[in-house]
Amino acid sequence: MHGRPRKPSKPEDEAASAAKAQKLRALQSQFLHNHQNNIYTKEAVELSAKLLEINPESYTAWNYRKLAVQHYLSLTHSDSNPESLSSIFQEELTVVENALRQNFKSYGAWYHRKWVLSKGHSSINHELQLLDKFQKADSRNFHAWNYRRFVAPLMNRSEEDELKYTEDMICNNFSNYSAWHNRSVLLSNLLKKKADGFLLKEKVLPEEYEFVHQALFTDPDDQSGWFYHLWLLDQTVKVDSPLLVSSWPSHGYDLMLLGDSCPSSPFTSFHSDSGTFPLVLYFNHAVEGVNSSTVSVDCELNPIKDLIWKPLSENNSRTSQVWVTQLNFIDVEPKAYPVEVSLGHSQGIISSSGLHYNRSRFAFRVCVQPVEKGPAKRLGGDVMLWSDEKFHIYDAHSQESSPVISLDQLSVQNNHESTASEWRTKAIAKEIDHFRELLSPINCKIGKLTLARLLMAHDTMIFPSNKTQFKEVLELYSDLMKLDPSHVQYYKDEHSLVLLQQVTSSKESLLTHCFHYRNLTSSHTGNPICLRLNNLSLSRVGSFDKLLWVQMLDLSHNELQSIEGLEAMQLLSCLNLSNNVLSSFTALEPLRSLKSLKVLNISHNEIGAHSVDTTRYLCSSPLSHSAGSEWNPAKIINADTDMKSYWEAYLILKDLNLTQLDIVGNAIGDEKFKSFLIKVLHALKWLDGERLH
Amino acid sequence: MTTSNLPPYPPIDPTTFDLIIIGTGLPASLISAASSAAGKSVLHLDPNPFYGSHFSSLSLPDISSFLNSHSAPPFNTHDENLTLTTRPLFSDVEISNFAPEILDQHLRKFNLDLSGPRVLFCADKSIDLMLKSGASQYVEFKSIDASFVGDGDGKLWSVPDSRATIFKDKTLSLLEKNQLMRFLKLVQGHLSNNESEESENGMKISAEDLESLFVEFLTKLKLPPKIKLIILYAIAMVDYDQENTEVRKGLLKTKDGIDRLALYIASVGRFQNALGALIYPIYGQGELAQAFCRCAAVKGCLYVLRMPVISLLKDEDSGSYKGVRLASGQDIFSQKLVLDPSFTVPGPLASAPCEQIQDSFQVLSLIDNKVKVARGICITKSSLKPDISNCLVFFPPRSLFPEQVTSIRVLQLSSNLAVCPLGMFVLYFSALCDEVNQGKKLLHTALNALLKLLVSGNAENSSTVQSEDTEHVKPTLLWSALYIQELTKGQIESVSSTPMPDGNLNYNDLLDATEKLFQNMYPNEEFFPETSEPENSEENAGLTLET
Repeated sequence: MHGRPRKPSKPEDEAASAAKAQKLRALQSQFLHNHQNNIYTKEAVELSAKLLEINPESYTAWNYRKLAVQHYLSLTHSDSNPESLSSIFQEELTVVENALRQNFKSYGAWYHRKWVLSKGHSSINHELQLLDKFQKADSRNFHAWNYRRFVAPLMNRSEEDELKYTEDMICNNFSNYSAWHNRSVLLSNLLKKKADGFLLKEKVLPEEYEFVHQALFTDPDDQSGWFYHLWLLDQTVKVDSPLLVSSWPSHGYDLMLLGDSCPSSPFTSFHSDSGTFPLVLYFNHAVEGVNSSTVSVDCELNPIKDLIWKPLSENNSRTSQVWVTQLNFIDVEPKAYPVEVSLGHSQGIISSSGLHYNRSRFAFRVCVQPVEKGPAKRLGGDVMLWSDEKFHIYDAHSQESSPVISLDQLSVQNNHESTASEWRTKAIAKEIDHFRELLSPINCKIGKLTLARLLMAHDTMIFPSNKTQFKEVLELYSDLMKLDPSHVQYYKDEHSLVLLQQVTSSKESLLTHCFHYRNLTSSHTGNPICLRLNNLSLSRVGSFDKLLWVQMLDLSHNELQSIEGLEAMQLLSCLNLSNNVLSSFTALEPLRSLKSLKVLNISHNEIGAHSVDTTRYLCSSPLSHSAGSEWNPAKIINADTDMKSYWEAYLILKDLNLTQLDIVGNAIGDEKFKSFLIKVLHALKWLDGERLH
Repeated sequence: MTTSNLPPYPPIDPTTFDLIIIGTGLPASLISAASSAAGKSVLHLDPNPFYGSHFSSLSLPDISSFLNSHSAPPFNTHDENLTLTTRPLFSDVEISNFAPEILDQHLRKFNLDLSGPRVLFCADKSIDLMLKSGASQYVEFKSIDASFVGDGDGKLWSVPDSRATIFKDKTLSLLEKNQLMRFLKLVQGHLSNNESEESENGMKISAEDLESLFVEFLTKLKLPPKIKLIILYAIAMVDYDQENTEVRKGLLKTKDGIDRLALYIASVGRFQNALGALIYPIYGQGELAQAFCRCAAVKGCLYVLRMPVISLLKDEDSGSYKGVRLASGQDIFSQKLVLDPSFTVPGPLASAPCEQIQDSFQVLSLIDNKVKVARGICITKSSLKPDISNCLVFFPPRSLFPEQVTSIRVLQLSSNLAVCPLGMFVLYFSALCDEVNQGKKLLHTALNALLKLLVSGNAENSSTVQSEDTEHVKPTLLWSALYIQELTKGQIESVSSTPMPDGNLNYNDLLDATEKLFQNMYPNEEFFPETSEPENSEENAGLTLET
């Protein structure tokens, strides 16, 4: 059934099909006449059967037959003879069977059969035989498999029996996607139900790995087994319940809340003019239901009430992986305040798979510093220059504290997790060994990709991270880029993400990217720490859970097309995105959530270079844009021409308090646009290095 | 086979034919069917009361008497003409019945092959010929379920020979599966690239490699010994030890090895109903000869069984062959004569021009003169593998004892092929040998490795000696016949003779020899012309396969 070349039609075939079309047209018009006039006589119904036998794709005819059945049922209702009832349905089954003989991939026909059977008046004993026939003709036919999933429960066939059936089908020919798929569906159900023998994943999954290995090793070029393997990997790695991955401030953190300068440590201090700071929760899955009743924040035993939690997701949904609220320490006595955050004390934080968050808590300390007098001359006051000579490598030894408190923090959580899932780590380690073995004599793309995924999965399970593992994964992705140029962008993205995971995996590696920013003109202000991830050929950014503390970030000279996920970095005040390939303002959407952002460099990108902005289709249009409650589409429609042509820029920038913006080197950066920016960004002091008056 | 008390035959009419064939072995039947299809008038005689001669399938008593009579010393009738001499093609026949009380009630329920073990490859020439000639309508087939490689301990390792069987195999390591499948893919790639005349993705075996020894090629590909063994002896089905540097006999070149694999690969999956590469005719191999005889009969060939020929008639003037004298006393004349291999013409016959014959002779005498086939037939009451009824077992050279230079092949058949009563199994053994003792040793060791031999008489009270690895008990031997068969090649002269069953599992070489024979006799005729009626070639190709 598969891989058979289509033969060109012969003249006599064409003549035959023309004759068939002629006949069909006549039937069709007659049938439509019957349908429109609700004629359900024996002849009319037979006509529809004839039509369907020739053309099983005629949905209208199937629907007509459903109406006809209902019509007959209403007539027979009074005497309610079960035999006449079942004969009505039996007739339908025969029509379906004839139609399927013509085309066994007809959606309408299979659906009609389901409809008939779901009425419950016909025997289902014949169905498996019918299926066997169709699955013999084409064992991969997914219509038949679909129908099988429908019929098996009706027949009270156990899922165990069906699982055995998939095994038999796979043994006959293991390139049967449908059989593998059905196996994954059945196993999911059995595991969920905790059926006999399927109580423990750690018992079931290793056997499945063993089974799929036979396919993968026998023929690594056949993809069907790999898909199943990917599913298994997901089953192994996936932690079902939602977990808090990280937070800012993290557990044990000493936060210096500065009214003004003189930070004791550049990592643990946060400057806030307003006396507020964000509290960020970063989960492993997108969750919903984070609110003041599910998360309580207590300060000196007094709960801080009515906190407004906002989901940081681009699509305005009510679920998000990252949630943020603002804590307010205005007009409080300068001293240290212990803060305790506890989650899940009342149920309500739910992952998309419907699982509840288990209780947990963390605590940190907020040290409110006395506000010093004098003019606040900080970032924004002076121009921020991103040139290399302004940055000095951060010397950890000379400093007392370090940014990686949050990392140590993570290890605690990982340990907690690991005891429960030792078998996962073992299973993944075993897989890694297998695929290293497979790949040693051959070059197999999907094998390399799987190994890379396995290694990364393994990394999330062990602590501390294995450095050589990152190296191996990066090499695998580099290899794949060469081996499989048609998917180069995917491999590049993965490569970037792994690189960032490597950078953030340990204190040492992270510190090599931490720099002091020294502005000579204002040397007296603290030396803020800048995380420099420039010149790394990144096409994507990730590992945000470990970067929540970052206030200055340099991502310049990469290959970024998107900054998806950056919205989690709520403390960001200076961001350098210059010399990337960002192609529109819509690609900067995450910036809208960064309320602290003051300095932004998006120079030398491709904004405005592409007349058709493909990312725009991922976002809603200006008219349907629901971004922010204050957003009023009418405002743009009635606004001047500038607003109309630059609505995207407006949307992204309008809520930002930027003091410095670099936009030079983009197609859009003409004088007209600049004057638009000046109009929109009221706090702006520097535009493309020039002081505004 | 005494001929004295046969009922008298009515005289045969007409008395002149284009061709007389004596003996209804498979090659003779093919020639008969092909000649009849080509419009020749053919008289096909057989001294036996059944079809098939050395290719037939017989009941228990019949096979015993056939083996015994054909191992008797030469026997000639005396006549003024050229008497036909029988020659003993079987020797050292050992028939043992360990359980007469069980077998006596079933004697006639057996269809035992004289030429066993023998199977057909789904893609081999015999199938094509059957389809072309229409003989396929008279035979039904069933799949051989599995094949195994055996070792000295009687342990059987399944032969992974296709994607599905490699996938299912439980004895190969994952890496071995990968290596074997890659090798099969290389062969497939090579074959398909050969067709398209261009080498894509490097899947082509170099000319140099093709000329090298197959075993060296496999070594070069770094295939582990276990897989080499499987490829050489269970898939390419090589006879002689390929790795014994002393013997250096029957060494296979890569290109021939690839051809054998190609046949195997093409056989797997040729027919949707067939499980693997091999099939077997229901009621035994004798059915094939009979099917071709039927084809011949349909085209006008005249059949007379139980009709021995006493002597050949010589033309007085030229001294060449002109006819035969039957046991009934009647003289029948023909231009050409084809003899069963069990007969020889002792005297000189003026022969036709010789050049062409020399040529063909070369082709037919591939087999070393000295070589014989040791064959064995065994009956058991249980299967070698509890869940499998029809299977092949290969004992590669040196697998049973160090001096074993040829591979031993075993075919087990069950009652579902209608060759034995329900609940019993028939096993055929064969191995090439140079002399009788060697042949017998091969048979005995293989038999001992697989079966439990009983001290005569107590078949029922089989002690439960368990083999080490499984709880499965070795089948107990009920009956056996071991014999050595001569390998006669066909002969092409004015009087031709057909070849004996060879030592192979399939008929391919025999068919080639037969085709040569036919073409020599009738250079202008096609050996089974392609029928014009289009076979429904995709759907089982008109072959009846029972599942």
